[in-house]
Amino acid sequence: MALAKAINESLRRALEADPKVLVMGEDVGKLGGVFRVTDGLQKDFGDERVIDTPLAESGIVGTAIGLALRGYRPVVEIQFDGFVFPAYDQIVTQLAKMHARSLGKVKLPVVVRIPYGGGIGAVEHHSESPEALFAHVAGLKVVSPSNASDAYWMMQQAIQSDDPVIYFEPKRRYWDKGEVATDAIPGPLHRARVVREGTDLTLAAYGPMVKLCQEAADAAAEEGKSLEVLDLRSISPLDFDTVQASVERTRRLVVVHEAPVFLGSGAEIAARITERCFYHLEAPVLRVGGYHAPYPPARLEEEYLPGLDRVLDAVDRALAY
Amino acid sequence: MTVDSSATRKPRRSAAGKAGTTGSKAGSAGPQRTARATRAGAQESTEPQLVQLLTPGGERVENAENAAYEPYVAAITPEELRGLYRDMVLTRRFDAEATALQRQGELGLWASLLGQEAAQIGSGRATREDDYVFPTYREHGVAWCRGVDPTNLLGMFRGVNNGGWDPNGNNFHLYTIVIGSQALHATGYAMGIAKDGADAAVIAYFGDGASSQGDVAEAFTFSAVYNAPVVFFCQNNQWAISEPTEKQSRVPLYQRARGFGFPGVRVDGNDVLACLAVTRWALERARNGEGPTLVEAYTYRMGAHTTSDDPTRYRHDDERAAWEAKDPILRLRRYLEASNHADDGFFAELESESEALGKRVREVVRAMPDPDHLAIFENVYADGHALVDEERAQFAAYQASFADAEAEGV
Ligand SMILES: Cc1ncc(C[n+]2csc(CCOP(=O)(O)OP(=O)(O)O)c2C)c(N)n1
Repeated sequence: MALAKAINESLRRALEADPKVLVMGEDVGKLGGVFRVTDGLQKDFGDERVIDTPLAESGIVGTAIGLALRGYRPVVEIQFDGFVFPAYDQIVTQLAKMHARSLGKVKLPVVVRIPYGGGIGAVEHHSESPEALFAHVAGLKVVSPSNASDAYWMMQQAIQSDDPVIYFEPKRRYWDKGEVATDAIPGPLHRARVVREGTDLTLAAYGPMVKLCQEAADAAAEEGKSLEVLDLRSISPLDFDTVQASVERTRRLVVVHEAPVFLGSGAEIAARITERCFYHLEAPVLRVGGYHAPYPPARLEEEYLPGLDRVLDAVDRALAY
Repeated sequence: MTVDSSATRKPRRSAAGKAGTTGSKAGSAGPQRTARATRAGAQESTEPQLVQLLTPGGERVENAENAAYEPYVAAITPEELRGLYRDMVLTRRFDAEATALQRQGELGLWASLLGQEAAQIGSGRATREDDYVFPTYREHGVAWCRGVDPTNLLGMFRGVNNGGWDPNGNNFHLYTIVIGSQALHATGYAMGIAKDGADAAVIAYFGDGASSQGDVAEAFTFSAVYNAPVVFFCQNNQWAISEPTEKQSRVPLYQRARGFGFPGVRVDGNDVLACLAVTRWALERARNGEGPTLVEAYTYRMGAHTTSDDPTRYRHDDERAAWEAKDPILRLRRYLEASNHADDGFFAELESESEALGKRVREVVRAMPDPDHLAIFENVYADGHALVDEERAQFAAYQASFADAEAEGV
């Protein structure tokens, strides 16, 4: 099943299971969303459950907060990464903080779905990776699946969570297919996963970059290097234990994400792992990611985005210490 | 959605909305707002009430409701009319060429203006050189009126830049993709004009969907409170991607203005003459210190939202067919022919001009080079920035290492 279809199936299951679950957003109804992630849901659940909203992101998140206060579990779609900012105020000042401000009396089980990341040749504001901006805010969970199975299960868990979850969907992987065992028992939402075992170095990534890291590990294997690949899955909370355990085995860590490196999630991982694993590390933790520059026009995005060469280059540098 | 066919009827009302709090200048040529205001109660229907000066059949409409706007096109010459026609034909040709180039893989995406030529040319030609225009991403016809070379519009859609022209070169701001943002920029710019004591005006373009954004409501608030010389030109093309206008508003959009304290007018967006007249009126109000106006150009997006959209999922062909009958270009052609303002020679010449434009656009786009890799780091800051400098140097060294490796490899 394709990753986008897995999210669709997961939403369908949630809508069936709980009448309080709502799907809201621009074009999510008849069109099924610009990526067709909500395809067919309005047809089957009606426009009271699958709601085409006015073109107003602050309105979408703000009303979802109100609906959640009233006992609903809204799953809202932001059409593209760059368009979440009109809603950023509602997310940061309200959605993230109301539980704490109410001394735990108010729960806001809102899921904000954001297709994110580049590699699809889009115009500006359609390719950004703003996850660090959300992970920095306490009160929000921030997750990103990398494959169809996780996309399915993490959506189930996000909807069931009583906390707001920012669910970043790797749009360039929407059409990637994978097995989804819909009757499995998933691990915890925040748990990182060892995707591939290795002995020489750990590559840690999430969302769209997991596949790239697997490809890098394949390429490195041909050169006789054994790389371990971690799928972090959740950016906040971040499963440092799994990363630490891996680094204690491999002694080297490279973190890969599309977002700018400066003050990004890789910086946090590097700092914590350096603290936790100082005596195990054979090399500084290296990061591969975007530059401190606006996301460039499509014809330059291959240069901007981490590709196989840049990951392998970082691997070589770490191994050279 | 129900699409009212009132554009084919005689318009019953020209404009609505009480004048803004600012009061009109005595003796100004503006419409008789007080007279209209007394009938405001009759406006609550959702039926389109349009200012229309040319019927779809190409006949001039002269009635009491239009009288207020007539003076703004009373002196228009046959040559000017042919000019409007030429603008619309060439803009449509450019747009068709860009759509074709997208299909051929030369552009990553294209947002077509097909069907909206009259709204854009009429309003664009109403602007003065020192006015300032804030477009969204579909205003290719307005760009044309401002003298922006159309090929400059294509760089962003080809993916070689995120803009493509100097906004101050033609007082035509960069395209804005985040819906509604530019309404506030336009308002601020207009506030600046007023502070400077200049008499220019600003026009901000956005769609019916955009009218739902907080930024647009805030622009209405600021412009009214500060009496900013800005015209909000909303092209209601009936759809915001898959959502019809009624998913954005329960009242006709032009009526929104009233609640903010300035007038709103709905104009037949497929009637270039009416768009010209109403926009001239609104810009003149702005220049005269009478504050903002909302113009709702009632029109139709004939094509897909963009080349990546599939309108068959949400709208019917017969809707398009109904609007085809109101085609803005055909309408003016009929009028030009019936009034003997243009002969066969004019149309033939325009046809070859149109061919030439198409050819030039194709050639320029195909020859458009990819940007230099280091362009990623250009203009991130006006003052420069140490981190950017460092990353640029690392990037350059990294790129060079491939060239070195290749050289060694052979
Ligand atoms: C803030 C924001 N949200 C969502 C989008 C995605 N989007 C691009 S165009 C569009 C519809 C715009 O409709 P409208 O304002 O009516 O203008 P039109 O394209 O019809 O001219 C949407 C939802 C966006 N660009 N910006």
